[in-house]
Amino acid sequence: MIRFANVVKEYQRTGVALNDVSFFINKGEFVFLTGPSGAGKSSILKLIYMQELPTRGDVWVSGTKARGVKRKEIAMLRRKLGVVFQDFRLLEDRTVEANIAFALEVIDVPQDKIRSKVARLLGQVGLSSKATNFPSELSGGEQQRVAIARALANDPFVLVADEPTGNLDERATRGVFQLLRDINAAGTAVVMATHNLELVKRAEFRVLEINRGQVVFDSADEKKRKPELTP
Amino acid sequence: MRLAAREAMVGFQRAPMLSVLSITTIAFSLFAFGLFSLVALNLRTALQQVESRVEIRAFIGNEAAVEDVAEAMKVVGTYPEVSRVEYISAEQALERARTELAEFRDVFEAGVLPASIDVRLAEGHRDPTTVEAVAARIQALDVVEDARFGAEWVQKLYKIRNLATAAGVILGLAFATVAVIIIGATIRMAVMARAREISIMRLVGATDGFIRRPFLMEGFVKGVLGGILALVLTWIASIVISRYFIQTEFFDAKIALLGVLGGAVMGVVGSAVSVGRQIRKVT
Repeated sequence: MIRFANVVKEYQRTGVALNDVSFFINKGEFVFLTGPSGAGKSSILKLIYMQELPTRGDVWVSGTKARGVKRKEIAMLRRKLGVVFQDFRLLEDRTVEANIAFALEVIDVPQDKIRSKVARLLGQVGLSSKATNFPSELSGGEQQRVAIARALANDPFVLVADEPTGNLDERATRGVFQLLRDINAAGTAVVMATHNLELVKRAEFRVLEINRGQVVFDSADEKKRKPELTP
Repeated sequence: MRLAAREAMVGFQRAPMLSVLSITTIAFSLFAFGLFSLVALNLRTALQQVESRVEIRAFIGNEAAVEDVAEAMKVVGTYPEVSRVEYISAEQALERARTELAEFRDVFEAGVLPASIDVRLAEGHRDPTTVEAVAARIQALDVVEDARFGAEWVQKLYKIRNLATAAGVILGLAFATVAVIIIGATIRMAVMARAREISIMRLVGATDGFIRRPFLMEGFVKGVLGGILALVLTWIASIVISRYFIQTEFFDAKIALLGVLGGAVMGVVGSAVSVGRQIRKVT
């Protein structure tokens, strides 16, 4: 479903971010990406939703190949996956329901379908009572739930989350993480980059540890461990 | 489409000063273009009036037989370029000379001026090349001694008109370019102001075409508004000129509509040129 084959990613300004990264993520899997800041976690996520393309090697995401991909194909791929960020990225001048509806409007979903879909998504993330509130009126945890609802609007096969709990207190973190688990239990794969090792330890999900642009540990493949590189 | 229209409206509300600036520059570009066109239009009307007097005068030899002259007139009358053929007898020529040049009326004596055939050309056949060609054909007729036409005069008229047209086109294009550049710059600012929205649109799978739509619509609306404003300004100018300087003619509805449409094209082209490049900068 997601496959990285000897991926090298170099940025013009900052140099090599990923160096010969290969892994495979199965349908419906929950995968943690861990590692220190600047290790290359975000680069991996960006390569998944194809905001970045590999310098060498190749990435396949649900049948879309990164080498020679067209802009239109990237747009179509993104309709099949959801992305959430640490900073939520909501539109501050729109209500909660308008923020979620926005994701459906921009891919030309008919209005009547949007209304019922938004109501269902709000129910799923537990925010039905906040539909007409603006993001600034919500707590951090609630804002992230809105972002998750928006990411789920297209019924994605995978949810890509870049430090989704990074800005949240412990209680909100637990709530958002439970929501992600529920989403995963319903069949959607989740790839989550996080610093929160407590969360990683408590859950028994696959862990990909990244350091200096390389996969230094893959819990699905114990041989990958290179003890000298893990902190 | 509904979303695009709403987004375009949001664009207006978000940057009202910028929107007014865009509309005003389009309006002023079109206004300048409109003023020039007004001059060109009135010049053209004047030229048409002068042109309608363009004629060829074929002088008849004294010994020519009446039947031959009549035959020649018939032949000339069949030329497709010719609208009217008129016989001016020697007496009529004398009479005309005496009235037109009254101070010399005693100089003209009977028999000094020859009879002639005056040929008037049809509209669309009054350009120098045609006039010359027709004159040459008339000259070749047996009864005609000499065919004259205001060659230089006609050519000069045409030169002025061509110059006016060329100046109009060049000036118009220059102004249109300025308008397109300004719209492009405002689009750049508008895209920056909406970078967050655009990046979210991208994230959820909106195509470039979709992201472009509201900007093009905004450009279109601004262009139409600018065009209407320019039309009003030009109309006021024409009224002022008519009242205080010379009577001028205003554009007919078709041309006016074309002007507004020109504004719309400027708005859309200006947006289109810029928006593709700008939205690619937003990731």
